Amino acid sequence: MLRFDNVGMEYRTFSGSTKALENINLDVKSGEFVSILGPSGCGKSTLLFIGTGLTKASFGQVLFHDQPLTDTVNNVGFVFQDHLLLEWRNAINNVMMQCEFRDLDKTKYLEKAKKLMATVGLTGFEDKYPHELSGGMQQRVSICRALVHGPELLMMDEPFGALDALTREQIRMDLERIWMEEKNTVLFVTHDINEAILLSDRVVVMTPRPGTIREIIDIDLPRPRKLSTTETPEFYHYHKHITQLFTEMGLLRDE
Amino acid sequence: MARKNQQNPEIKKAMRKNSTKDFLSMAGIFLAFLILWEAAVRIFAVPRYILPAPTVAVKAFFEYWTAMVPHMLSTLYVIAIGFGLTVIISIPAATLVAYSKTFERLIYPFLVLLQLIPKVAIAPLFIIWFGFGTMPKVMLVFLLSFFPLFIDATAGFKSLNPRLIYVAKTMSHSEWKFFWKIRFPSALPQIFTGLKSSIAFATVGAIVAEFVGSDTGLGYLLMRANGDLNTPFLFALLILLCVIGIILYKMIEVFETMAIPWHASKRKDFLEL
Repeated sequence: MLRFDNVGMEYRTFSGSTKALENINLDVKSGEFVSILGPSGCGKSTLLFIGTGLTKASFGQVLFHDQPLTDTVNNVGFVFQDHLLLEWRNAINNVMMQCEFRDLDKTKYLEKAKKLMATVGLTGFEDKYPHELSGGMQQRVSICRALVHGPELLMMDEPFGALDALTREQIRMDLERIWMEEKNTVLFVTHDINEAILLSDRVVVMTPRPGTIREIIDIDLPRPRKLSTTETPEFYHYHKHITQLFTEMGLLRDE
Repeated sequence: MARKNQQNPEIKKAMRKNSTKDFLSMAGIFLAFLILWEAAVRIFAVPRYILPAPTVAVKAFFEYWTAMVPHMLSTLYVIAIGFGLTVIISIPAATLVAYSKTFERLIYPFLVLLQLIPKVAIAPLFIIWFGFGTMPKVMLVFLLSFFPLFIDATAGFKSLNPRLIYVAKTMSHSEWKFFWKIRFPSALPQIFTGLKSSIAFATVGAIVAEFVGSDTGLGYLLMRANGDLNTPFLFALLILLCVIGIILYKMIEVFETMAIPWHASKRKDFLEL
């Protein structure tokens, strides 16, 4: 559905040009959950922006349903690293902002918005303003905003990066549950190995800058994945394999 | 944008108590100042044409009240029209500057240069151009109050978080919706800051214009009281101008609280207690 064909990215600065991405070839299938896992600064966010059409690639091309991407993908939901909620709107109206901008039927989607908020444990917080919510709740609202219109493509740029470990676990499980119902195609950027394995059908391991694909790993674990999934030998196997890749790339040292 | 107030009644009570306390200590300081003034004038027998005692000034205020009212209305009329022009013109102008680089490059330097001219000095010129009517006064009010709002509104439109543009792009937005639902509301706090400085300048503009060439308005009365060495009347006018200034400022603050209750400066959080 979303195909990266030899995509590369180069930034021109005063001190010359920097390559951020090189030779990215990736074919994301419909309904697939794909994680992009890599160290910070390897261009994985850039890849997400290119795939959405927010940024133009310097080389290669992106095909969305076999059509070259020229503008921002229409049927997309994007969760950014920071929640980027509007501080003058309460939680439910921040979610509904998506529908207002798209001229969708208000009453119909209000139901959906409330249901989504309930799924992520935000019942009773619909009237609260962003500054009255905790960081975890703000990001949950932001996730609901990206999902409310049922986008075909869901892009998530380290959405749990700013959250504490406990909240991350919970939101991760919430997200998997929603995705299993909605069946969106998801591209999920992270630097957390556990998160990548637990959420994905495939994990794309990136090298440091300039970011290239080191390996694409199929994750064959039954869903829904539970807390106890981390204790299975299969999980251990994937984790060990990815850790080894990072060690080989010099990103981890085992001393 | 109205917001349901679901605050804890105890917090509300504590807040009210706190603001009453603030008000009482402020009034106390003011009262002490007045008493000191009164005492000084009496002890040193200062002639009233130099400095009238507060009691004399207040007495003059009530004595001249009926004479001041028509002039006050004339001044308020000038302020209302001049300030209205400012609001109507400077916010769209700020929008243009924020949106168009060309407009910014061509117009902005010119406007800033204009800002550097001591505009009060132009007042006599306005009399020559526009005569003695309402027009020169309105123009001066406009000229003085235009810039603070224009500068603040421009800063407000430009300080938009650029990542919100990405958010809107992923929602297949129209520029119109983006302006009304994101850019304009996020500029509102700074627009209100501008409105508050502008209204003070508007009053200055009206008074100065009435100094220069007018037979109505509080500025004209100030000149006359000055010429007659009627200092108690001067103080009565000053009291009236203070009251007008406070009321105009408070009016904008009320609009502000209604329009942006979400903004940090307007929040009544528990921590502020």
